[in-house]
Amino acid sequence: MSGGGGGGGGTPETIEHDVLVIGAGGAGLRAAIAASAAGVSVGVVCKSLLGKAHTVMAEGGVAAALANVDDRDSWKVHFADTMRGGQYLNDPRMAELHAKEAPDRVRELEAWGALFDRTTDGRILQRNFGGHAYPRLAHVGDRTGLEMIRTLQDHGIHQGITFHMECTVTSLLTDGGRVVGAFGYERERGRFRVYRAGAVVLATGGIGRAYRITSNSWEYTGDGQALAYDAGAELVDMEFVQFHPTGMVWPPSVRGILVTEGVRGEGGVLLNKEGRRFMFDDIPPAYQNQTADSEDEGWRYTQGDKSARRPPELLTRDHVARCINREIKAGRGSPHGGVFLDIAWIKQRMKNAPEHIRKKLPGMYHQFMELAGVDITAEPMEVGPTTHYMMGGIRVDAETQMSTVPGLYAAGECAAGLHGANRLGGNSLSDLLVFGKRAGDHAARFAREQGTVRTVPTAQVEAASRAALAPFERPPADGNNPYQVQHALQEMMQDLVGIVRTQQEMERAMDGLAALRARAARTAVPGNREYNPGWHTALDLASMLVVSEAITRSALARTESRGAHFRDDHPGKDEAQGKVRHVIKRGADGAMQLERIPVTPPSPELQRIIEEQR
Amino acid sequence: MATATFRIWRGDRTSGALRDYTTEIGDGMVVLDAVHQIQAAQAPDLAVRWNCKAGRCGSCSAEINGMPRLMCMTRLEDLPLERPVTIEPMKAFPPVRDLVTDVSWNYRAKAAIAPFTPRPPDAADGTWRMDQGDVDRAMEFRKCIECFLCQDVCHVLREHHLHDRFVGPRFLVHAAALEMHPLDVADRREALRAAHGIGYCNITKCCTTVCPEHITITDNAIIPLKERVADRAYDPIRALLRLVGLAH
Repeated sequence: MSGGGGGGGGTPETIEHDVLVIGAGGAGLRAAIAASAAGVSVGVVCKSLLGKAHTVMAEGGVAAALANVDDRDSWKVHFADTMRGGQYLNDPRMAELHAKEAPDRVRELEAWGALFDRTTDGRILQRNFGGHAYPRLAHVGDRTGLEMIRTLQDHGIHQGITFHMECTVTSLLTDGGRVVGAFGYERERGRFRVYRAGAVVLATGGIGRAYRITSNSWEYTGDGQALAYDAGAELVDMEFVQFHPTGMVWPPSVRGILVTEGVRGEGGVLLNKEGRRFMFDDIPPAYQNQTADSEDEGWRYTQGDKSARRPPELLTRDHVARCINREIKAGRGSPHGGVFLDIAWIKQRMKNAPEHIRKKLPGMYHQFMELAGVDITAEPMEVGPTTHYMMGGIRVDAETQMSTVPGLYAAGECAAGLHGANRLGGNSLSDLLVFGKRAGDHAARFAREQGTVRTVPTAQVEAASRAALAPFERPPADGNNPYQVQHALQEMMQDLVGIVRTQQEMERAMDGLAALRARAARTAVPGNREYNPGWHTALDLASMLVVSEAITRSALARTESRGAHFRDDHPGKDEAQGKVRHVIKRGADGAMQLERIPVTPPSPELQRIIEEQR
Repeated sequence: MATATFRIWRGDRTSGALRDYTTEIGDGMVVLDAVHQIQAAQAPDLAVRWNCKAGRCGSCSAEINGMPRLMCMTRLEDLPLERPVTIEPMKAFPPVRDLVTDVSWNYRAKAAIAPFTPRPPDAADGTWRMDQGDVDRAMEFRKCIECFLCQDVCHVLREHHLHDRFVGPRFLVHAAALEMHPLDVADRREALRAAHGIGYCNITKCCTTVCPEHITITDNAIIPLKERVADRAYDPIRALLRLVGLAH
């Protein structure tokens, strides 16, 4: 069965676990550790090798109100910051649980061997980040994600968890409305696998590959969102795609690679080509009381002066990205179509500035030196917005992380609810830990309650196997190599459903998606099933098309601008729409449907906290 | 537009050969960009591992003009382009397909090393206190991105294939990170000597040369570990005390 491209599927190998986790980034690993601790058998399936998931790229830190650096911090302030940053579209209960549980999840990492930078009295050091009132991000230089994923990986491999590396799930299997497993292939030989499970946790991350300029790797094709949608689950908040304000813009081959917000947290400033600090020009009303009114005050804030307010560079990501976009469009950008991000200037304020920068931002120093030939201790970087994070995703229960399909759980970026219309930096790593654990705990409980009799419907396995082999059986058609279709989709989403949106452009995108679906259905791949990236890319297209359509439909429906969603034809906020979220699901006729649901109101106690922190 | 030729190993577990591909090159391009261009336009089934494209995940390891390197961090302008650029898979591991090798042995080797074992918490709330200086000492080793280039270049693995007796530089760095972790109390010295084969390393420092994270593998990790192992196993006074049951 491993031979030539087409051919029959043969009998897939069947693997059984109580809990199957799909994805091995922070959320997947944390879920697997939790489920395993609950005493059930756990398998983790991941598209890449262990330890390579996108969590490894996280730089700035993990947000948790430890109050080690500023004792005014507490879960209440973290909760209110998260809600404000999300423009109150967040699920308040998720924001509450996240703020309350993040400190324990971070301390637990330390018990498993993670090493964070320290305060002078030996506790975990915390740094400033956009939208967080106090220094809140536990960090290790600018490689916090590596520390986190390696800690979870090295702990996880001793917990009796089975890892299925380089395997891709293409379909979930359901029985009587409940998820009972998954179908996929292993890359090395291209053999099919059926995973039988009592519960499935999706932890597949984001959708960045649907765009041309992105900080995400090839893996982030929206698999989890699409798998859940296909299995009948609901997606929510899909219009909210975070464009990180600072990605590299030059050289062309590294366009989109992330430049951590930590640069601004350490005092880095944004300048246009006239040398003007343009972020002072436009400060949103909700943040006016918390923003510095002079460059000096901003600098003092970054250096830990508790009486100072944050510089405007540390406003939320949606706002900073739009300001950068405005400068570029107005012709005030840098030579390669970005703006300048300058950390070298701090030499005017401190001795040993170059050494300090290399110590605090070693990854950034290394990245710019080796990829762009730029010494960030001496000259400014060129940066511009890059597709970074999906706030929306699978609709889950706040307590259990179960989707609207029984037995199907989701955690981390592929789930929705915590971040609302815009995510604060640092809240993703804490999200992974808090809700990864919750998903693992509850999935284990659910699996145990179901017992061990699990029947996997043969018809579903056969259909999934036919769909997976289809690209080998089509005649080669010009212009339909899977890379070309993927590229066309990325260009279109970037141009028509990007950082600034209009109805007209998004309607064109809807037509374009229909055309791309037709092209994807004709995509043929040469070669055989053994480690064939052309085949993998062809199969990933299905997920990318589902999430792209969900993004476009949701963005068309929101005729206002809020958080990461900006409409040029509706630039203001609309109070009525601020109380509504968009749910995406498959209709009875098989077509994608959009439904409006009211936002979940905060409990009176949480509402009081929000008011106190305004 | 300028072009360059890339001589890429194409093959599977049993056989393979170098094949030439010519593609356009541009400003700031790295080897991985060229491989992707070739994949998209000329060889859709060309197998290659990659993820972050920024030198942080350690997936795209290969041998470029004979040197073990990350494809995403090797800029074309640093290579002589008047002749073909050779790209081959790592040779210390069995080939799977094209540039992809079977690195699963590394994951088994790591699992055999005793995991992190912390001392009891320092504070009543279950937390620890650590000095930044102590943290910094282990930090160098924790920068490792597990690209396995050090394993690839190590002659004990590459030439002598002693994978069953020697864990290789990557996992000696891992052991050093644990041994020098301010909280860790496990003793891995006997395991390093016997099971992990630290004695096989004869400090040629090839691993240090190829490390993309610039970890001083030999001097800072392996030699101090060797000293600890020798101190425990071969110190004559210690051996005497062990004999009479006063040391372990």
